[in-house]
Amino acid sequence: MNNIDKMPKKNPLGFQLNLKDFEKATDEEKAQKVIMSESMTFFRDGMRRLRKNRIAMTCLTVLILIALIVTLVPMVYPYTYEQQLGVEQGKRIDKTYNNLKPLEYGETELERIANGENIFPHIFGTDSAGRDYGIRVIYGARISLLVGFFAAIIVLIIGVVYGSISGYFGGKTDLFMMRIVDIIYSLPDMLIIILLSVVLNEVLQPKIEGTALAKVGTDMISIFIVFGLLYWVSMARLVRGQILSIKQNEYILAAKSVGSSPWRIIKKHLLPNSMSVIIISTALQIPSAIFTESYLSFLGLGVSIPMPSLGSLASDALSGIYSYPYRLIIPAIAIWLIVLSFNLLGDGLRDAFDPKLKK
Amino acid sequence: MDSKLALYIVKRLTLAVVTIFLIITITFFVMHQVPGGPFLSEKAPSPAVTAALEAKYGLDKPKSEQYTTYLKGILKGDFGPSIKQRGRDVTTVIMKGFEVSMRLGGTAAVIALTLGLILGSLAAIFHNSIIDKIIMVVTTGLVAMPSFIVATLLLLFFCVWLGIFPANGNEPGGLILPIISLSLYPMSYTTRLTRSSMLDVLSQDYIRTARAKGVKPSKVLFKHALRNAVTPVVTYAGPMIAYIVTGSLVVEKIFAVPGLGKEFVSSIINRDYTMIMGTTIFLGTLIIIMMLVSDILYKVFDPRIELG
Repeated sequence: MNNIDKMPKKNPLGFQLNLKDFEKATDEEKAQKVIMSESMTFFRDGMRRLRKNRIAMTCLTVLILIALIVTLVPMVYPYTYEQQLGVEQGKRIDKTYNNLKPLEYGETELERIANGENIFPHIFGTDSAGRDYGIRVIYGARISLLVGFFAAIIVLIIGVVYGSISGYFGGKTDLFMMRIVDIIYSLPDMLIIILLSVVLNEVLQPKIEGTALAKVGTDMISIFIVFGLLYWVSMARLVRGQILSIKQNEYILAAKSVGSSPWRIIKKHLLPNSMSVIIISTALQIPSAIFTESYLSFLGLGVSIPMPSLGSLASDALSGIYSYPYRLIIPAIAIWLIVLSFNLLGDGLRDAFDPKLKK
Repeated sequence: MDSKLALYIVKRLTLAVVTIFLIITITFFVMHQVPGGPFLSEKAPSPAVTAALEAKYGLDKPKSEQYTTYLKGILKGDFGPSIKQRGRDVTTVIMKGFEVSMRLGGTAAVIALTLGLILGSLAAIFHNSIIDKIIMVVTTGLVAMPSFIVATLLLLFFCVWLGIFPANGNEPGGLILPIISLSLYPMSYTTRLTRSSMLDVLSQDYIRTARAKGVKPSKVLFKHALRNAVTPVVTYAGPMIAYIVTGSLVVEKIFAVPGLGKEFVSSIINRDYTMIMGTTIFLGTLIIIMMLVSDILYKVFDPRIELG
């Protein structure tokens, strides 16, 4: 190799090629080109920032824990949420099972314990109909979480589709579609929800009798219908705003010029780029849905008896507030914990995925 | 007032009128979906009684005619008779309940705004201090609590365990707890809003200029900073009223306050359809007007905002 180095230059100013540049790279040189870290996608970058946020991670852990409890515990729990412990076929109703204090047992249970049997304790006692309160709270939390998730998904789908169509096509279509959104947005949602729940209960009842939907209950269905009718508007507005601004980018023009269909442009270019806004507002939609559901259940318009929800449990506890205050406190803490965790997680997501919005 | 603002006000007014009209229409037609019509109870009366009832309430006429009659009645402030409370008409019940609810909700709104502005400014002035942290932790906790949870817990602590306040809204001092339960959430929200906008304003150049010129800190705070920080709070006034209205439904039920909220809830339970219709329309109109006022005030206060 040395002889190449020593090769004299014919002319110091000439364009003679330096042969050294065409040698094979040494291992050391190759090592410099190795990418030390993997490339960061937008999503992973956000997740990295989220992981650093201690409050958000704590909330996420709490929520995962709650989700695990409400899915796994009912499988192994010896009582069900609707089982009235004092009621047995062919026997008189055993009143001793009603209104048990925490960790107390009913009469027949005490006999069985005396005989050496092991009986799972009623951790939170039983309610006025002799149902184990612990499982009712767990099941109630499950219902509340499910309502939150499903409502958020409904809002997500309708809002994203509506918002992206309106934003992409613009012009008269946009104007017309946004007028509808404006009107729905200014309707007092809670009042309309109450109104629709009252009526839907009456109207749906005979229609779904005997079908699989009957188990879900008319109240739950009407909650979802109402969410589908009213709550998507803010999501639609957000998505439209995002799409309007992203639409101005050159790569959209490029995509159009090679003949991509509108649907493809929306799906491949516009929506992935507005993902952060969609993620954040979906996360914040869940606690607001849980809020609404518990509120309606408290008014007696939520889930139907004997299915519990955290709101209806709190509402039922109100009549026995003097004797059994813990029956109010337990669901109250559960609602508070769930909503608080979702709120803080949503804030964390906003900080992580939308640095521009960071306060 | 410039023409752009006038145009905006006209636009918002039109939208408000359309929305109120829509609420009346939705309420009417949704309620008439109820099997047997809104005026009939579950028990089927004899055909003669049914016919007489239908004739009395005009139910034998076509829907469109009933609708125009109802609409005309509302314009005159007449929501028709209550079907469950004999001999009372909906308008009287609403007006009687509204008086109580006004006092309750109005006080709660004033307290929420005042305390929220004070606490929010304090948190911003002593940014990152222990005061700021305490205020933030408490308000974060309170924002996650639905009004009925706050109300029931207050009832438990102060009426059941401590026995300081009466649990009944009719007794003297009975309105204190309902007011607190209604104002805690909006207060927390206002506090957080004021804090963030105050922090924003305090870092502006003109505040530094004022301080550099030797203006007293208190004057800088009240005259320069707070005035500008208050604008976002104005936008919250509308949604706050909406929150207080819906919150008062449950809070009044819990504390047995004889207001409009309690009437509404009991009319839901009794399926008193004309009451539900009347109250929904009344409260809906109230919320829309409040939203309209707060939106317009916002634009008047801060002319920099682009009119949409």
